[in-house]
Amino acid sequence: MQAFPFQPIPTPLIFERSREGRPGTAVPKPIVARRAADVLPKGALAATPPDLPEVPEFEVVRHYIELSLKNHHVDRALYPLGSCTMKYNPKVNEDMARLPGFTGIHPMAPDEQVQGALALMYELSEWLKEICGMDAITLQPAAGAQGEMTGIFLIAAYHKSRGDTARNVVIIPDSAHGTNPATSALAGFTVRGIKSGPDGLTDLVALKAALGPDVVALMLTNPSTIGRFETQVVEIAKLVHDAGALLYMDGANMNALIGIAKPGDFGVDAMHLNLHKTFSTPHGGGGPGSGPVAVKKFLEPFLPVPIIHKEKDGRYRREWARPQSIGKLHGYLGNFGVLVRAYTYITRLGREGIKHTAEGAVLNANYLAARIESKYPMPYGRGMHECVADGSRFKEFGVKTLDIAKRLLEFGFHAPTVYFPLIVHEALMIEPTETATKDELDRFADTMLQIAGEAETSPELLTGAPRNTPVSRFDEAAAARSPNVRWKR
Amino acid sequence: MSYVPHSEADVRAMLATIGVKSLDDLFASVPSGLRCGELKGIPEGQSEWDTVRRVSALADRDAALVCFGGAGLYDHYVPATVDHILRRSEFYTAYTPYQAEVSQGTLQVIYEFQTMVCQLTGMDVGQASMYDGASACAEAAILAGNVKKDRRDIVMAHTVHPHFRRVTETYLHATGRKVLSAPRSADGTLDRARTKAMLAGASCLVVQQPNFLGVIEDLEAAAALAHEAGALLVVAVNPIAMALLKTPGACGADIAVAEGQPLGIPMSFGGPVCGLFAAKQEFLRQMPGRIAGQADDHDGRRGYVLTLQTREQHIRREKATSNICTNQALLALAVTVYLATMGKQGLRGVAEASAVNAHEVYDRMLKLPGYAPLCPGGAFFNEFAVTTPKPASEIVHRAAQLGVLPGVAMDRFAYPLEGENVMLVAATEKRTAEDVDRLIDVLRQV
Repeated sequence: MQAFPFQPIPTPLIFERSREGRPGTAVPKPIVARRAADVLPKGALAATPPDLPEVPEFEVVRHYIELSLKNHHVDRALYPLGSCTMKYNPKVNEDMARLPGFTGIHPMAPDEQVQGALALMYELSEWLKEICGMDAITLQPAAGAQGEMTGIFLIAAYHKSRGDTARNVVIIPDSAHGTNPATSALAGFTVRGIKSGPDGLTDLVALKAALGPDVVALMLTNPSTIGRFETQVVEIAKLVHDAGALLYMDGANMNALIGIAKPGDFGVDAMHLNLHKTFSTPHGGGGPGSGPVAVKKFLEPFLPVPIIHKEKDGRYRREWARPQSIGKLHGYLGNFGVLVRAYTYITRLGREGIKHTAEGAVLNANYLAARIESKYPMPYGRGMHECVADGSRFKEFGVKTLDIAKRLLEFGFHAPTVYFPLIVHEALMIEPTETATKDELDRFADTMLQIAGEAETSPELLTGAPRNTPVSRFDEAAAARSPNVRWKR
Repeated sequence: MSYVPHSEADVRAMLATIGVKSLDDLFASVPSGLRCGELKGIPEGQSEWDTVRRVSALADRDAALVCFGGAGLYDHYVPATVDHILRRSEFYTAYTPYQAEVSQGTLQVIYEFQTMVCQLTGMDVGQASMYDGASACAEAAILAGNVKKDRRDIVMAHTVHPHFRRVTETYLHATGRKVLSAPRSADGTLDRARTKAMLAGASCLVVQQPNFLGVIEDLEAAAALAHEAGALLVVAVNPIAMALLKTPGACGADIAVAEGQPLGIPMSFGGPVCGLFAAKQEFLRQMPGRIAGQADDHDGRRGYVLTLQTREQHIRREKATSNICTNQALLALAVTVYLATMGKQGLRGVAEASAVNAHEVYDRMLKLPGYAPLCPGGAFFNEFAVTTPKPASEIVHRAAQLGVLPGVAMDRFAYPLEGENVMLVAATEKRTAEDVDRLIDVLRQV
């Protein structure tokens, strides 16, 4: 792994490479010799076409290749972004998702012509249900946040179907992802926060106090965002159910549990998976993700339409007639191409490989924690698949967690997630995933220890970082005060 | 198999450093009663070759059809540049650009994408993408509701994609907001007289351009109608059509959304695709999702950052403008590379060929016995609705067995629309004269 090797020179925008009248790509001629003006009403036509760039093809390629070189990415070096599970994205997954039998099919083609795609979705559903210990699933949500939303909508529909309409509060621990409260608000519910206990886990006393006849659900992340298993999850589920509420699990951290334990066995009623975290599908610079939602039997009638049904003769069809369904989340069936990648991954891993994956993820995170905890105290312990360090001890040297993150970039590593979860001051949330060798973990740990030493002796090395990246730090506050979000001629 | 890289010696050394005896000890926090046994329903692991065989066998079961189906997703050609850039590890194995200094590639792409979305729609400001056109439409309705706080319901033209409607209803249902359906005229355009009465108390009017029946709407009139009633105008567009038609921005729309799939994204059974979202400047701080903005670094160099993050869930939590976090960044890259490759003239060529080809298909199809226009007099772009001599789903089913997807049966959506004897037919620049001959021949047979 190398530090960024090139001169930090800004790349012009594609629009700035454009010259009027330069030829674009040739497109097929219409099948008859007519023009747009011959077939479209004059009143509907624009006087001038959109001001898109005019750049030769090879310049377009050079432009985006040059931009690509300015990115850190998983195929370059460790990307220990906590909660995001930046594991290796197997190359065969990419090839499978691009098979013409998958990319070339129209979503409105008759079921008979898309049996392969439907079979893949059905089988993946069965596998994910088994991994989660749940009874039914939808693959439709396009990301984790949309999965959460689906889950909360399902739970709301369940309460409503029983005439239980007074519930309007979702309980969310203070360690939760921001999407949990944002989702609850979108569903029209108010959020009742509960403080985590001294161990960083759910405080049962606080939970009891928060529960009541107005509660829709508890949204619980397990393992929690500090990377620890909620050891009292069965008691938590019982308390929640006794209050007539349901238990929703944010499955962002399932990489610690696959093949080890099933949320369905904990008393979880609904949960989402992030295929782009646990099941190796690429993050794409911020999507596409996929957030399947698995539920217990009693929530199945509310799942979004269509669902994939397997007939007795082995054929698959999309079923729309589901009178209690919450509706639709996606224009079609969700991020199908992402499902192909996850299917390919599980096929390769098999049942043993799935368990090895969780073991490897937890082993790597614990090893890293053990290597650096002398300099980076972890207030809630080492965790499972990730560890959360508190960087406040560097404050006395004038160094913040952000400075540690920026110094790491100079060594060619991506930074951990910083300032999350909110229950840890100056948090550094580190998730190496199972796809890191001991050597790379050692290099990362050595670098972290070196940086801890520098913070005490030469803090300017941190506060002035990064220096060898394509750009240095930005004044983000100034950018937000007078936002420039598009190029103009 | 797994992608865990350790030798037994590695594992022993690591466990010793951790201070435990076995891998199992690392899971001591999981109560033994909750540990699961073998995942019996999942097969044993496979070699890469066996995996390829297994997955390819599924892909081989799907039929390659000559595609005249549209209804929001179209079979346009994707130039080779797009997938070559998408396959760059630097783009597809990165994540949300949280560390701007090592994410300038992704951030500049988002900024260029936002600009192109504005250029296509004629709007002032864009964002980093939504999951798809349907959820972009739902988020536009939410934005309108947040801006027009005293107005609860929204009015959506009957001729908006039924899945945009169903998704928007699903998003709004929880907060008790209704999606009212505005009727169409005989020519397929919005019935403005009857819509006017519905708009009192509505936060926005949503129309589609061209609409779901393929008909070109008068956006200027729709904008006037919405604004007179104190509502916003949201327009869902086919982005290819924007190379020829007046843009929502030029017609006075407040928000424009689109399914971005026609711009360089394979149909891929409906996903992943890409939602486009753009608005007037005044709504910038109410917009959902990520936004890239230009900034100067400490050395005075121009670069890009995620900006206006105080709108977002990770900062604002339950007060965020949306719950969206991960979006469709890689597909936004596809759209950006597509538009850069096609350029001003190329996109116009695609639009023109699609429109001309669709009109040729229309002329030929109407000569067949029993086929008639659903919306006589309605001008269309790349797609049109016809009434069929027998149920459209039967025609589609039988034609598909002969290798042609002749269109989409209108009763096959979340809502049956316009009856069972109606088919929606589209053409793109990929359809050849031979394809059209084959379509007509197949329709004669079925």
